[in-house]
Amino acid sequence: MSSREKILAAVKINQPALQQLPALEELKAIQYENDFDQFKTVLTTIGGTLVEINTTNEITEYVKHNFSTHQNYVTTIPELGEIKMLDEHLDPHFLENIEVAIINAEFGVAENGSVWLTDMEMKIRALPFICQHLAVVLHKKNMVSNMHQAYSLIGKSDYSFGVFIAGPSKTADIEQSLVLGAHGPKTMTVFIMD
Amino acid sequence: MSSSNAKHPELSTIFNKDEARVDWHDETLWWIRQKRDKAAWTIPEWEQLRDTASSIKNNVLSNLHDYLAEFETNARANGIIVHWAADGKEHNEIVHAILKENNVSQIVKSKSMLTEECGLNEYLAQNNIDVVDTDLGERIVQLANEHPSHIVLPCIHWKKEEIGELFHKHLNTPKGNADPQFLAGAARIHLREKFLTRKIAITGVNFAVAETGEFVVSTNEGNADMGAHLADVHIACMGIEKIIPQRKHLGVFLRLLARSATGQPITTYSSHFKKPNINQTMHIVLVDNGRTVQLGRESFRNSLKCIRCAACFNTCPVYRRSGGHSYHTAIAGPIGSILAPNLDMKKNADLPFASTLCGSCSNVCPVKIDIHNQLYLWRQEITKQGYSPKLKTVVMKVMAVTLSKPALFNIGGRAARWVIKYLPFMVNNRLNPWYKQRDLPAAPKQSFTEWYKKNRK
Repeated sequence: MSSREKILAAVKINQPALQQLPALEELKAIQYENDFDQFKTVLTTIGGTLVEINTTNEITEYVKHNFSTHQNYVTTIPELGEIKMLDEHLDPHFLENIEVAIINAEFGVAENGSVWLTDMEMKIRALPFICQHLAVVLHKKNMVSNMHQAYSLIGKSDYSFGVFIAGPSKTADIEQSLVLGAHGPKTMTVFIMD
Repeated sequence: MSSSNAKHPELSTIFNKDEARVDWHDETLWWIRQKRDKAAWTIPEWEQLRDTASSIKNNVLSNLHDYLAEFETNARANGIIVHWAADGKEHNEIVHAILKENNVSQIVKSKSMLTEECGLNEYLAQNNIDVVDTDLGERIVQLANEHPSHIVLPCIHWKKEEIGELFHKHLNTPKGNADPQFLAGAARIHLREKFLTRKIAITGVNFAVAETGEFVVSTNEGNADMGAHLADVHIACMGIEKIIPQRKHLGVFLRLLARSATGQPITTYSSHFKKPNINQTMHIVLVDNGRTVQLGRESFRNSLKCIRCAACFNTCPVYRRSGGHSYHTAIAGPIGSILAPNLDMKKNADLPFASTLCGSCSNVCPVKIDIHNQLYLWRQEITKQGYSPKLKTVVMKVMAVTLSKPALFNIGGRAARWVIKYLPFMVNNRLNPWYKQRDLPAAPKQSFTEWYKKNRK
């Protein structure tokens, strides 16, 4: 008998009588009066930056101003004309020197300040992790209160890779001192469009 | 873990030699427990959320056979190669075979308590494979040739000055620099080179979804993603109990996990791996290693609901004051003490006794495992099987006889009062561990029974 058969047989013998799954609909999850305000508060608390903008031009201006020492910017958003479009077929190892990556986010979650993005937006999976600074663009209306609503939005969608990102990468492994920029981005900026 | 046979009392004595360090360790972990409380209180439905998570996990354990089969089918359809390992040895062999097949002798690994449990690092080292742990805390203990002392905070027992010294030795940082920002920066540069050059990455798994065949990995540092997305081969290792039924259930568990662990609303990254990357091979190793046995133990199967948040560690008065290494097992703390006896009852017979049974662990557990009840039940089981500490067994038997015979009890009481008064060194000596941090009050002249007889009117 293979290990697969052995394990499955042992599970079958040892598992207790069936217990029903609870209905998640009965869970009365938190609803914020203003999801945007809550999102902003949480994102700022976890080390992220929120910038409200009216046009995509402002993104380019902001990036140039705030990350001006280097020029290695890349985006997956065609509307950001001035910033270089990411070559989707690039070996991810060549992204090592990317200073700023700008990517669309599908939606934000107010309760934890995270944004959801999939390989549809990032094109290369390594991009939001390997860049020194990450910026995402989020439409103000694409916001939910909690994670249950987040998964309702995701539904049965067939991504290959998806991720909730909440702020810059961080570590507190040295005496619980918070350090932003562990292995991934040192900062995270969320541009909010109306 | 530790190669010696030292037990929890001896190992905590070593940890307790430095009282200031014990206080610091205790306070740091209590601070994290308080952060957990604050995070939980921001969610009015927190208790309902725990109930829901507990019910989902009960359902998982009761239907695990079908969920595992469903997960396997869907993961395969997604293009993931699925392996099954009956025990730690087979798990290690499967991983090693994948490395050989790809002709790889250097790999990166993000945090996986399962690979710690299976002793993967030691096994691969014996086979001349270089494994670099990429979680900062795990890298620190790895460079120091130690094991993690905590499942979420692997080097919680290390002082920054010691880490500065360690990095000076291994990463060439300037001597005497103990600034966390600086040291983390040095580790970032050191580990980036590994991410960029290693062809195979191993990660753990936090949740695996039967419905979709995807799995979720949570980190704050981004090390699992840096490893997995830059490698040609991604190997994810998981215990069979990590299955959850549907994608929507992730909402429940991701709300609980980070809040319970560190007081964060969510970890920085919650990565959902559904299909292999372009030009990448993805493997999942499903590991039993005693889990099916635990599933069959009615009193202890609840322990398989654990999501490895370590809230029970941070709140435990014994863990905080004895340190993770005193548990001599991959998973320390209260939850480790109910998992370990299942793997080796004789070797881990001491662990269920490393508790005050105060119940704080059960109160904070996000999936409502009755940890302190199980610790109590393990004590009974271990004693029944004859694995309890010998001296304790003899003393318990003497006490049982004494307490069941009133005449003997009276004589014993009188004798004890006389001894404590006139020959205190007979009881207060090195052979009686009870006296280590305690003192007896002066013995009364007479027992309550004697007093009552004299004063009864």
